[in-house]
Amino acid sequence: MATTELRTEEMLLNVGPQHPSTHGVLRLVVKVDGEIIREATLVIGYLHRGTEKLAEDLQYTQIIPYTDRLDYLAAMINNHAIVNAVEQAMDLQVPERAEYLRVIVAELNRIASHLLFLGAYLLDLGAMSPFLYAFQERETITQMFNEISGARLTYNYMRVGGVKWDAPPGWIDKVRAYIPHFREKLKMYHNLVTGNEVFLGRVKGIGAYSQEKALGYGLSGINLRSTGFKWDIRRNKPYSIYDRFDFDIPVGKNGDCYDRYICHMMEMEESLKIVEKAVEQIQDGPVMGKAPKILRVPAGEYYASVEGAKGELGIYIVSDGKDKPYRFKLRRPSFINLQILPELMEGQNVANMIAILGAVDIVLGEVDA
Amino acid sequence: MWNNVLHWVDQPFTSATYLGMLLGGVLTLAITLGAVTYTIYGERKIIGWMQGRVGPNRVGPFGLMQSIADILKLLIKEDIVPAKADKALFMIAPIITYVPAFAVLAVIPYTFHHYFTARLNIGVLYYIALSSISIIGIVLGGWASNNKYAIIGGLRSAAQMISYEIPLALSMLGVVLLSGSLDITRIIEVQQQNGLWNVFPQILGFIVFLIAATAELARAPFDLPEAESELVSGYFTEYSGFRFAFYMLSEYVYLIAMAGLAAALFLGGWTGPFGLGWGWFWYAIKSFLFIFLMFWLRATMPRARVDQLMGFAWKYLIPLAILNLLISAVEKLYWLKG
Repeated sequence: MATTELRTEEMLLNVGPQHPSTHGVLRLVVKVDGEIIREATLVIGYLHRGTEKLAEDLQYTQIIPYTDRLDYLAAMINNHAIVNAVEQAMDLQVPERAEYLRVIVAELNRIASHLLFLGAYLLDLGAMSPFLYAFQERETITQMFNEISGARLTYNYMRVGGVKWDAPPGWIDKVRAYIPHFREKLKMYHNLVTGNEVFLGRVKGIGAYSQEKALGYGLSGINLRSTGFKWDIRRNKPYSIYDRFDFDIPVGKNGDCYDRYICHMMEMEESLKIVEKAVEQIQDGPVMGKAPKILRVPAGEYYASVEGAKGELGIYIVSDGKDKPYRFKLRRPSFINLQILPELMEGQNVANMIAILGAVDIVLGEVDA
Repeated sequence: MWNNVLHWVDQPFTSATYLGMLLGGVLTLAITLGAVTYTIYGERKIIGWMQGRVGPNRVGPFGLMQSIADILKLLIKEDIVPAKADKALFMIAPIITYVPAFAVLAVIPYTFHHYFTARLNIGVLYYIALSSISIIGIVLGGWASNNKYAIIGGLRSAAQMISYEIPLALSMLGVVLLSGSLDITRIIEVQQQNGLWNVFPQILGFIVFLIAATAELARAPFDLPEAESELVSGYFTEYSGFRFAFYMLSEYVYLIAMAGLAAALFLGGWTGPFGLGWGWFWYAIKSFLFIFLMFWLRATMPRARVDQLMGFAWKYLIPLAILNLLISAVEKLYWLKG
């Protein structure tokens, strides 16, 4: 029997920057053969604001609000990254209470960010309701942040040497009451989503990569942990007071979309544990340490990183001893994690493309800086 | 005379039946439009409640006028035909989709009096045959738009609807076998005589029917043709204004028609409990149950993937439907001799 090749034509499909599920302004140019992707090219830069260059003309305290706009879903953690870097460079002491407050808000922010991942990812997969359920819970956290920092998204809360404001009266109790409430909700999400056959069919075995590849691409955060590599800055290079808390680092096995999803879910539980311990241990005291009015980082090169919501968020400062950095470089996890996408997408169909893109969990503010 | 007007579909052509034809067409259209309007409202409200929202509540009391306002907006919008679209096809495609959607309503027997509805002896066949014409409109719309998302959406719908028509038809076949007729009215009458809704002897068939119907209607979790997160809006990406309204309308008319069919084939149609009257009322309740299930699924389920969808139809649903046919044959022989 003669086999006749069906002649098919490749088509260039432009996805984004105004596409419902590119999470902002990412643009993908994909060559598709029918529904199968032959080649995917990422086009970024639609949200580029030149944060690194801008920072060179700013005093260290002035940089903090700029970091709010990197990963705008986890601005507290970004704040933590910059103040932590400057404090380490200048060898400053931070009061106990401020450290605890930092950890509480950073972990709550991690939960909020992961909640948004849960909602947005399920929305990408076509389930509408989890998005709204996740936003309800996120709203509570946003309200708490509003009370402590006066903002719902761009907090500008931390300062070099402490935090700007102490928690308002009753705030700690509110956080304490929120923990069991959220545990219940988390159980509900597992019931609603994790066991869903259609959902499992969409994510299991999709977008899998090996540990070597993940390390080769320099992935960090959940994208690395989903392959089974136990790497969490909070544990491996403890900063702030994270060495005082006992928490697990959830890891996956296969490095597929399902593992990334489940790692997000488990990490919320772990963050909750940290918050629980922190509100137990927190003592009264000052929230701002003795930091000089004008911050002058001694000449030299410094690198410090924190575990961001998306991966290792590093700050690299080159200082010539002035009050402004000579060079300010950000290790933006979303940007680095994004680089593996073209390889993952090859040979997948359009539906999987969205599933893979969503699971890598990027925020365009951080990709483009 | 009035008998001729009300039952024009079954009468020879006279002036009275002509009047009935006009009246029936206009009335059915009006009732359907009203039903669709409030199905959309109901969908938004019910899904809203399921998601902890209130749903539309601004236009009119409880937002009751919301859908009407939406439809009015669509009707007065500018009619945009993309410059590079195939104009003639682009304009005619929504109508090709809509006309069969409306035409299948002719055989849905809302009451046993059959006002304006036909007692067709091949009712089930008529429904399946006409409803598959709509696919042509969808594929044409996707093709004529000259948009890559639209064409992927259009082709997806074609593949999906053709695949799922087979299990859908096979699942209906079990009912047809039990009743010994393709006439939908007769199918309901047989259920009435047996005192047993087909959903019980045909439970497997009913499940296959529900899944296949969901896919056929392209509703979640099988709403791939218009997968928003992947294809923006699928085949009607380029459509706006009243042409878009026609696509939406035919989708919802099909939902209502499919609900009517489900009620007739499996839930005993107009028969109420304890031989109560008010056939249309029971019919509406049963149809609404089906429609509610669709809403519920949409609020709950993520979307299936296109290759999984096809595999599911051919590997599971069709064998199950055939098994159901076998079971029906055995039931017919030993249990429901009809």
